[in-house]
Amino acid sequence: MFNSAKFIGGFLGSLLLVTPLLAEPLQYKLGRIATDKEIAGWDISVGPDGSNLPDAKGTVLQGEKLYQTKCAYCHGEFGEAVGRWPVLMGGEESLASMEPVKTVGSYWPYATSVFSYIRRAMPFYNPQTLSDEETYAITAYVFYLNDLVDEEFELNSESIMEIEMPNSTGFYGPDPRPDVQNVACMKNCVTGQGL
Amino acid sequence: MAKTKITELSTEPNSDLDRRSFLRKSLAAGGAVAAASAGATQVLAEVNPANLPPNKPIWSQMLGPGVTQSPYGSPSPHEAHVVRRNIGWLTSSTQSSINFTPLQDLHGIITPNGLHFERHHGGVPSINPNEHRLIIHGMVKYPLMFTMEELMRFPSESHIHFIECPANGGMEWKDAQMESVQFTHGMVSCCEWTGVKVSTLLDEVGVDPKGTWVLAEGADGGAMDRSIPMEKMMDDAMICWAQNGERLRPEQGYPVRLLVPGFEGNMNIKWIRRLKVGTVPWMTREETSKYTDLMEDGTARQFTFVQETNSCITYPSAGQQLSHKGFHEINGLAWSGRGKIKQVDVSVDGGRNWRAAKLQEPVMNKCLTRFRIPWQWNGEKAQLQSRAIDETGYVQPTLVQLRKVRGVNSIYHKNSIYTWEIDTNGGIKNVQLG
Repeated sequence: MFNSAKFIGGFLGSLLLVTPLLAEPLQYKLGRIATDKEIAGWDISVGPDGSNLPDAKGTVLQGEKLYQTKCAYCHGEFGEAVGRWPVLMGGEESLASMEPVKTVGSYWPYATSVFSYIRRAMPFYNPQTLSDEETYAITAYVFYLNDLVDEEFELNSESIMEIEMPNSTGFYGPDPRPDVQNVACMKNCVTGQGL
Repeated sequence: MAKTKITELSTEPNSDLDRRSFLRKSLAAGGAVAAASAGATQVLAEVNPANLPPNKPIWSQMLGPGVTQSPYGSPSPHEAHVVRRNIGWLTSSTQSSINFTPLQDLHGIITPNGLHFERHHGGVPSINPNEHRLIIHGMVKYPLMFTMEELMRFPSESHIHFIECPANGGMEWKDAQMESVQFTHGMVSCCEWTGVKVSTLLDEVGVDPKGTWVLAEGADGGAMDRSIPMEKMMDDAMICWAQNGERLRPEQGYPVRLLVPGFEGNMNIKWIRRLKVGTVPWMTREETSKYTDLMEDGTARQFTFVQETNSCITYPSAGQQLSHKGFHEINGLAWSGRGKIKQVDVSVDGGRNWRAAKLQEPVMNKCLTRFRIPWQWNGEKAQLQSRAIDETGYVQPTLVQLRKVRGVNSIYHKNSIYTWEIDTNGGIKNVQLG
């Protein structure tokens, strides 16, 4: 016969055993400590303060050569884009128009985001194959295409923080929604040009 | 053998079977027109009278395949039109692209795993689960690395939640151009997700109390990354390895993905390999140049995470064809990233008058909710709309209201009321009023 008292007792007992009463770390003792070397190999993120940028450098002139062989077949020789691939340059003063053109120069608020994105996802067909030097060089050339740096420019973890992104103040938060208030009218509601 | 095309039979009154067959044919044709999509074949439904009463159908006079003929199993060949479809002109490659769930062909609230919409930024990686690792590091006491086996030994939970791309409907801020609900709303899907709560993992590594943001990153060729508030991670976020009872599909992040219920789809990082705790957002490409909402004045809203209340009628819907006057059960889906759906109202006169629809239980948190309401079509022009209200009292807005505040260039988070216009021939079009 089913012993409910025993069952409940066992249930509570198992709860006490398994449920962490405090959020103490290493409750379950699963996994292992990741080594600094393992983390470094995978940590390709860069903060907006330049944190975690690699110790390397690349120039606009180096970047131009790399860009023409690795990037131009999608993004165009001057960043104007081929077909529907993303445009990398231009679009200034377009954000408030009916045809906004969002590019590194017109829209991206942080130079570090450009480096981080190229590092992780470009070239599109061979992502994460660029060396740190190549990533700096190509990123520098993309900034050059947007007139953000001159052709003598060398990009590194310090000079990237000096680049002024034209739309750096164009974003805001926190989320203002809900920003519209519809009313759940049920009868003889005012509508647009409906029936 | 006498075979009659269904178009000839469709004039017979009150034949439910014929109506459905006709509808199926119309749907298939509509899908092909809507997107010129590959694989949307036109099914000419044909009926062989030899299989109809009083005759014995052919399949009743023979044996079919035995067990395990199809070890996994697949839908009936007669349902071959129920597929995800993409729009060729929308993106420059299929690896960084989107496709759409065929909402017009689905029932209830669960999206079958093979029909969950896809959004990839670097294609679907082919990952050996034995070689996959999740590392949690940054501002933690113990930076830990887990194998899949270790992850799956943690206490687990299962929850049914929708995932919606914030660009769902985003092609129609300026005008109506999509010809079926698959393309207007099909970037939403809903599954039962099983995994471990992120809070359990963050407790395990011992998060520095100063840590307020968490970077989540995928192992795909796009290494997709988003910054997520710690508050959300400690609330209901999950690291999931299963959907609808089986391990994740590769397209959904196999072997493991992040789920942030109610937040925009892009944040539900697939193929997740890394969580890094920090004090500020990383300002990744996906939260600056993309997934930000451009307003009319040229400024942009950032970190608009929640998918606000939305709904759509899936039957009758654009691209379908009503072949008969009389009874039709209007039905559709409603959802909110802020909680449960409280009410769905339906109008058949373009929003002038509304009736409350019946909600199918169970109505769950941040989950698709099926609504239904009976309707008699008198053969006259009609304009069908649905309007959802969630448990916070938020009422799904009109497009006019949204445009007034946000303009037409924000792409994302367009959750406005839609209108399906039925003409006197039963044809149904996606239109915008006002």
